[in-house]
Amino acid sequence: MKKEKPETHSSSGISRRGFLQAVGIGTLEVAVAGALSPAGQAEAKEGGTKVPLSLIINGRRLDLLVEPRWTLLYVLREKMKLTGTKPGCERGECGACTVLFDEKPRYSCLTLALEADGRNVTTVEGLMDGEELGPLQEAFVQEDGFQCGFCTPGQVMAAEGLLRNTRNPTIEEIRMGMSGNLCRCGAYDHIFKAVKNAAIRRSEHRRDLR
Amino acid sequence: MMPSFMYVRPTSVKEAVKLLSAPGARLHAGGTDLLGCLRDGVFTAEKLVSISHLSALRGITRLGDGGVRIGALTTLAEIATHPFIVEHYAALADGAASAASPQLRNQGTIGGNISQRPRCWYYRGDFQCLRKGGDTCFAVSGENQFHCILGGHSCFIVHPSDTAPALVALEARVRIAGLQGTRTLPVESFFVGPEKDLTRENVLMAGDIITEILLPAPPDNRISRYRKVRVRGAWDFALAGVSLSLQFSNDIVQYVRIVLSGVAPIPWRSKEAERAMAGKPIGDESIAHATDACVRNATPLAKNEYKVHLLRGIIEENLHALKPG
Repeated sequence: MKKEKPETHSSSGISRRGFLQAVGIGTLEVAVAGALSPAGQAEAKEGGTKVPLSLIINGRRLDLLVEPRWTLLYVLREKMKLTGTKPGCERGECGACTVLFDEKPRYSCLTLALEADGRNVTTVEGLMDGEELGPLQEAFVQEDGFQCGFCTPGQVMAAEGLLRNTRNPTIEEIRMGMSGNLCRCGAYDHIFKAVKNAAIRRSEHRRDLR
Repeated sequence: MMPSFMYVRPTSVKEAVKLLSAPGARLHAGGTDLLGCLRDGVFTAEKLVSISHLSALRGITRLGDGGVRIGALTTLAEIATHPFIVEHYAALADGAASAASPQLRNQGTIGGNISQRPRCWYYRGDFQCLRKGGDTCFAVSGENQFHCILGGHSCFIVHPSDTAPALVALEARVRIAGLQGTRTLPVESFFVGPEKDLTRENVLMAGDIITEILLPAPPDNRISRYRKVRVRGAWDFALAGVSLSLQFSNDIVQYVRIVLSGVAPIPWRSKEAERAMAGKPIGDESIAHATDACVRNATPLAKNEYKVHLLRGIIEENLHALKPG
């Protein structure tokens, strides 16, 4: 592998490390042709053979080669060094690996990277406001919405998905919306408060914009 | 890390059927159950045939006959929140909403939900059980608190789906594309109990793909619901559940379907309970008879007798809840 070039966008944690080919294009308006179509192109002689994939992570398009068995979680962490997304159970039972998949929360451990071809994936790094925490992350800090913090990125992404699809959730809606994320420290009440806090911040922000 | 496999993305159902009929090929739709099974070594795959991008298999559409077509790739989240489903096929919306977690409902499909593999911990774990070609059902003398109380026959799994009992109660049909063309059958006939074949839970053969679910036009005044009891308040499989579809003329039960979940290897239609109610006035007496009938043939294992009581409770509670007036 060639020597690495200096990081050009370190704030989001995206690195060129580990890429066979990585192209960052800072726009969402890129038409992404399915890297796997026509179908025959995906036919690898052996299972371990890598195939090309185009991902859109936090608004940047990235082209890379992946093994079909690699999960989105594995690619995010091990190939893109976006380690905000956490591996917990790696079997869809804890929620630590939650990312947004076209605006909707989903477990990256149960998603093959190839299934994310051309889809918009948002990780917790994508909620940052430059070097600063985004408003939802701030709400978790303000309300002590965590203890050890390991489940927090997944909680934040589940909350982001909930708030993008439900503007002013009731406490019951928050409880159900966050029910796919376990917190072994048991910080649930604080997590629910953080989500409520963030929902209020968002509606105030929307009012300010008017 | 999962074992290696090839991955193909066919451009049509026809092509998918052909690819899927090859030995070692497995279908990938939402992938939530498939990837778990591959990771745990429940079964292997040489090649995954991914149909998740086939948009023709996605979505909910009204049909000319007043019914509804649900593409097999429609997610549980889409079904749970679809206004027409919520209004006219409440049991299905209930089932979809109560399955799994928000993340899994965003990913899991209706086709996958009714064809998911059993959750028996011996089947999922490192046990060469009957269903995996061994000669022992480890649940018989093992940890069987979550196993079936009805329809067990040498293998004591429960069917894990929450949408399947609703689809049976609603007289839905399932359309399947296969090597011999497409066929449509009642969802009730889709499932295969262990007494018929220990190695499968449904009629799907090599190459078969569920393409859509068809719901009949909702009759006037038909009401339905699905409820389940689980250990946690959310994100859990049913310990016992019931899907009801009912129609009354004044207080007389004109139509009734009662389908149980969490207690049998297939969605368990209790025709005995239906007979106990059909044509009778709805009330304490007929409800008690139906409740008794549901559990009359129950044969609990050493650690799941509690399911008989749970089942009685949930049936009684929900028949009362749907009673007119």
